[in-house]
Amino acid sequence: MADQSIPIGGSLDVTPRDHERVPLLDRLHEWVVTVDHKRLGILYVLYALFFMAVAGAEALSMRIQLAVPNNHFLQPELYDQFFTMHGTTMVFLVGMPILFGIANYIVPLQIGARDMAFPRLNAFSFWLTAFGGILLYWSYIGGFGLYGMGNAPDVGWWAYAPLSTKPFSIGPTIDYWALALIVSGFGTLGTAINIIATTLSMRCKGMTLLRMPLFVWLMLVVSALTLITITPLTAAQVMLLLDRNLGAHFFDAQAGGSALLWIHFFWIFGHPEVYVLVLPVFGVASEIIPVFSRKAIFGYPAMVAASVGIAFVSLGVWAHHMFTVGMTSVSNTFFVLSTMLVGIPTGIKIFNWLATIWGGKVRFQTPMLFCVAFIFQFLIAGLTGIMLAVAPWDWQLHNSYFVIAHFHYVLVGAIVFNIFAAVYYWFPKVTGKMLSETLGKWHFWLFLIGFHLTFDTMHFVGIMGMPRSIYTYEANRGWGHLNFIISVGAFIQGIAVLIFFWNVIVSLRKGKEAGNDPWDAWTLEWATPSPPPAYNFASDPVVHSRRPLWDIKHPDDPDWKYES
Amino acid sequence: MIREHGARAPRLILLLMTAAALVGPSAWADLPQQTPSIFAPASTPADTIFGLSVFALAVTGGIFVVVGGMLAYAIVRYRERPNDDTSEPPQIYGSVQVELAWTVIPILIVVVLFLTTARIIFAIQDAPQPKDALDVTVIGHQFWWEFRYPKLGIVTANELHVPVSTSQEPLPTFLHLLSADVDHSFWVPQLAGKTDLIPNHPNETWIEPTHTGLYYGQCAQFCGVEHAKMLLRVYVETPAQFAAWVKSQQQPAVEDPQVAAGREIFETHACANCHAIKGTGALGTFGPDLTHLASRDTIAAGAADNTPQNLFDWIKDPDSMKPGCLMPSMQLSDNNIHELVAYLETLH
Amino acid sequence: MSAIPVSPGAENWELPYRGKVAMLSLITGECAIFTIFVVGYIFYLGKDISGPTPAQVLDIPVFNTICLLSSSVTIWLSERQIERGRIRAFAALWALTLALGIEFLIGTALEWKKLIWVDGLTIRTNLFGTTFYSLVGLHATHVVIGAVGLLLVLIFTLTGHINESHTERIQTFALYWHFVDAVWVVVFTVVYIVGR
Ligand code: HEA
Ligand code: HEA
Ligand code: HEC
Ligand code: CUA
Ligand SMILES: [Cu+2]
Repeated sequence: MADQSIPIGGSLDVTPRDHERVPLLDRLHEWVVTVDHKRLGILYVLYALFFMAVAGAEALSMRIQLAVPNNHFLQPELYDQFFTMHGTTMVFLVGMPILFGIANYIVPLQIGARDMAFPRLNAFSFWLTAFGGILLYWSYIGGFGLYGMGNAPDVGWWAYAPLSTKPFSIGPTIDYWALALIVSGFGTLGTAINIIATTLSMRCKGMTLLRMPLFVWLMLVVSALTLITITPLTAAQVMLLLDRNLGAHFFDAQAGGSALLWIHFFWIFGHPEVYVLVLPVFGVASEIIPVFSRKAIFGYPAMVAASVGIAFVSLGVWAHHMFTVGMTSVSNTFFVLSTMLVGIPTGIKIFNWLATIWGGKVRFQTPMLFCVAFIFQFLIAGLTGIMLAVAPWDWQLHNSYFVIAHFHYVLVGAIVFNIFAAVYYWFPKVTGKMLSETLGKWHFWLFLIGFHLTFDTMHFVGIMGMPRSIYTYEANRGWGHLNFIISVGAFIQGIAVLIFFWNVIVSLRKGKEAGNDPWDAWTLEWATPSPPPAYNFASDPVVHSRRPLWDIKHPDDPDWKYES
Repeated sequence: MIREHGARAPRLILLLMTAAALVGPSAWADLPQQTPSIFAPASTPADTIFGLSVFALAVTGGIFVVVGGMLAYAIVRYRERPNDDTSEPPQIYGSVQVELAWTVIPILIVVVLFLTTARIIFAIQDAPQPKDALDVTVIGHQFWWEFRYPKLGIVTANELHVPVSTSQEPLPTFLHLLSADVDHSFWVPQLAGKTDLIPNHPNETWIEPTHTGLYYGQCAQFCGVEHAKMLLRVYVETPAQFAAWVKSQQQPAVEDPQVAAGREIFETHACANCHAIKGTGALGTFGPDLTHLASRDTIAAGAADNTPQNLFDWIKDPDSMKPGCLMPSMQLSDNNIHELVAYLETLH
Repeated sequence: MSAIPVSPGAENWELPYRGKVAMLSLITGECAIFTIFVVGYIFYLGKDISGPTPAQVLDIPVFNTICLLSSSVTIWLSERQIERGRIRAFAALWALTLALGIEFLIGTALEWKKLIWVDGLTIRTNLFGTTFYSLVGLHATHVVIGAVGLLLVLIFTLTGHINESHTERIQTFALYWHFVDAVWVVVFTVVYIVGR
């Protein structure tokens, strides 16, 4: 074999970065005009964490309202706004930006590049996303306006027409909703294009496609999926805006328009969208689990194939959200099959993670704790998904709290858990400081308990017939106790999140120094100093296997001998 | 490498949790509960679905036990122990046989689950309508239900009456679902799965209740502010009870000269534009038909019991009972409202 | 486990041009947008409650179509010129492409003028109006964006800022123009042939 030593730069040439002398305003200005993928990544994450607090506060208000029957804590209108804004915010302003933010930071480092393919497009995309978020929340203020009514969108995150058309939603709130998502959608599109171009065109020498870290692979798949997922929503929202403002008739039943069409369009977007959210965290798990099990990922090619497979199948399953709209029995059957098929590639992923742990030496530091909980919860969430895919059963479960439980199990139990794992894992790289393990354990256990109290219980109230989107319920339905438990769990989650914020603040000021490679990991980002310099690598790295740092650490037993 | 242990946290939390569970709330236990659980079916389709769900639960439960068990075993068995040396475990990159196995087994499971599901879909969705089945047209309105029995000439609201079906005398009810405005969904968990009411898209569903009684349901598709109070009741009655109910509903409105004043107010105010009362000049269709209002147990789609006091409060200010509902307050004097209520009370 | 040593593969390390990757990604996304509008158009064909119908008012824009499609040829020819460094010829063909694009827009404007003033068809008239103006309008918007791009490049060329080192970028932009033309083929088929 040729040259075995891998010249990985960055650590060689570190010009000290001297922030002390820069005045605050200039520093702020630096951040606003930055085109550095790492700073933009941090901005994304901060932005998303801010909105997580906002949407979480909305969730907590809903939980107070629902804690007891016939409660009067929130006005019905306010409750409707809160669940709409909670869902919209969590999906578009928390989930997407935080995942694309982490990708922004990590992907170039992992493929040995100095920046994204289009740094300025990258900055533009971030600011579009940010502006979209502000526009959405501006509806609380701007929506008041002339009509003296409405204030925030209140039609659910699926905004089913005709409820969202002018005759039933007067005032400009739905226009805010559509415009905000179109704007942030363009931002997302820009980022997706950027990530695709970066992974395809900016890899360092030797980084063949089948040597890319799985996180990079998954971001590539997600970005490709985003291209054809966000755009249908944009198209449908343009139609809705035309209906609302120019008097078009796309969704106007009076003129022969179809309410069903919107439902189709929304879920053609909405279903792949949930995979856009979950696939990046599969990538995160595929980075963290091997490192903390001290083993190479099991079945790398199968993992790649499964990711592509999931993305592909997910394009043909949208109508499983529509089993109750009265499709023919043949279409229902088709969508049952396609939906269940997703379980197979997903199962492959779960089994491969399991096999990676199997035979390892598992270290239960905070990132790994979150990851293990993720596998466990995702397993359950996937299985409840399969139950929902059993169409006749879904006729019962649809729009009940069982569905709410299913998707929070994925969105919180899988995605948020893994986002926390990612933050604990990469925080040392980004800041140079470790997050406190003690606070991390408190955060983990409290969040775990709160999570299970809330979302396990939701399955039961769902089966007991409680529908979603209701601001209150009758006392004699027998849902009272369980709802109280759900609300208590939500508050425990809130406390856990506050501990997390506290951990970040404390550790930033006096956390332990991290060093370049605190977890003894194997991908390229750990070869750079923490935090990495603006140019990432002093000289372009060359890699020979999927785990370049393993090769360096084990020159006698390098990976490239075994990989196929 | 930096490692730390914070094992105290979980134990402390567990302790607090147990304490909280012990002093948990028990404030609503004394109410008579009737939970519309999907696991307490009382009608053919709901029962079929229940059977299917038990099967699906068993399959997924099995998967959970196996996979979850392996995960639990792995993290306990392969955790790093304090006295381990620093060497790395053997690196294993994959195995074709194992990977093939865990691709093929799930495929087989999916096939079984899919075929079972498909069979039930066709059985329920394409069930032929027997000739003597009862037909009801259900029309969803922003926040109330209109029920029409086209063959019997009955129009009523929010409380559906159907006969019980027995094996000797099967009597399913076929429901034709329409919407007057936005999407709604008809859901009585113990009787059948839900089906949506969508403008321009007529749907159909059926129930075949096998036990008499009162079944609760409610609108299951968010349809606006008062979606939460778009409640629904189904009274399943013996054939005799049902026949009696039909008979009384087919009568025109009772005319009681003692309440002529109330009737006068009703007919000369906007009420008549939105509500119909058979046998009077009131022909409105925007609100519920009030011809037999007094025969109903609740008003305003289950928002309140049908009592004179509630009727009074409702007419005085519907928003106070159901904020955001589409009936306006008529700004009538209390006296007028009393007379109206007295009149409405006679409409058996 | 296999013990086959893997070649590092670092010798001839060449990756695709990032601009082209990005443009193809953008086009993929655009395809999805157009798909939704085309589906909307087809779904509502013949579902109008009131007239006018497509058959009553639509004329087949033959000349327009020929212009737009030939602009794909001229831009392709111009790409070949710049590759060889013939900037003059490039500029001429490029300008021709722009002219053809603008002709198409003028044609569309005249068609709309007739539909609105003579036939009284607007976006609020009926489902046909709604879907027609949004689909054709969406395409026309893309032509406008493309024409602005063409114009900018033309200005840069005439001011002497473009040479053969920009070939790859020019080709990337041309991809977009080809895409806009290809979409027209679909729109044309759906609106003027199938839908009429
Ligand atoms: C990231 C988010 C995410 C993910 C990953 C999923 C994953 C899945 N979801 Fe979920 N879902 C949502 C988010 C998500 N969902 C949301 C937000 C909604 C509601 C939206 C709304 O209405 O507001 C929803 C709603 C929803 C519905 C509609 C319910 C309704 O409204 O009536 C259905 C129905 O089929 C469904 C099914 C599935 C299935 C089958 C999967 C599968 O991908 C799961 C696959 C995984 C497994 C199966 C487990 C692992 C596999 C094995 C261990 C192998 C062996 C298994 C078998 C052989 C089966 N989901
Ligand atoms: C990623 C997505 C995501 C996440 C993370 C969550 C998280 C949570 N969700 Fe959410 N939810 C959705 C996505 C998500 N949800 C969607 C898409 C819907 C459907 C919407 C619709 O129907 O239109 C929904 C709907 C939904 C409902 C149903 C409403 C209804 O139908 O009536 C409920 C009810 O309990 C709920 C609860 C919760 C709770 C308790 C959490 C908890 O996990 C939240 C925990 C986090 C916190 C508690 C934040 C902590 C922060 C603080 C405490 C800080 C306090 C403030 C400051 C410092 C300023 N959610
Ligand atoms: C603008 C239309 C409108 C007018 C005028 C109107 N109503 Fe109503 N009414 C409704 C609607 C809509 C409902 C159903 C509300 C709901 O359940 O959400 C309703 C419900 C009712 C109910 C309860 C019916 C039931 O079956 O539960 C009563 C009783 C009633 N109205 C009486 C009156 C009286 C008396 C007047 C006149 C003083 C009146 N209404 C005027 C629209 C109207
Ligand atoms: Cu009607 Cu919800
Ligand atoms: Cu889905």
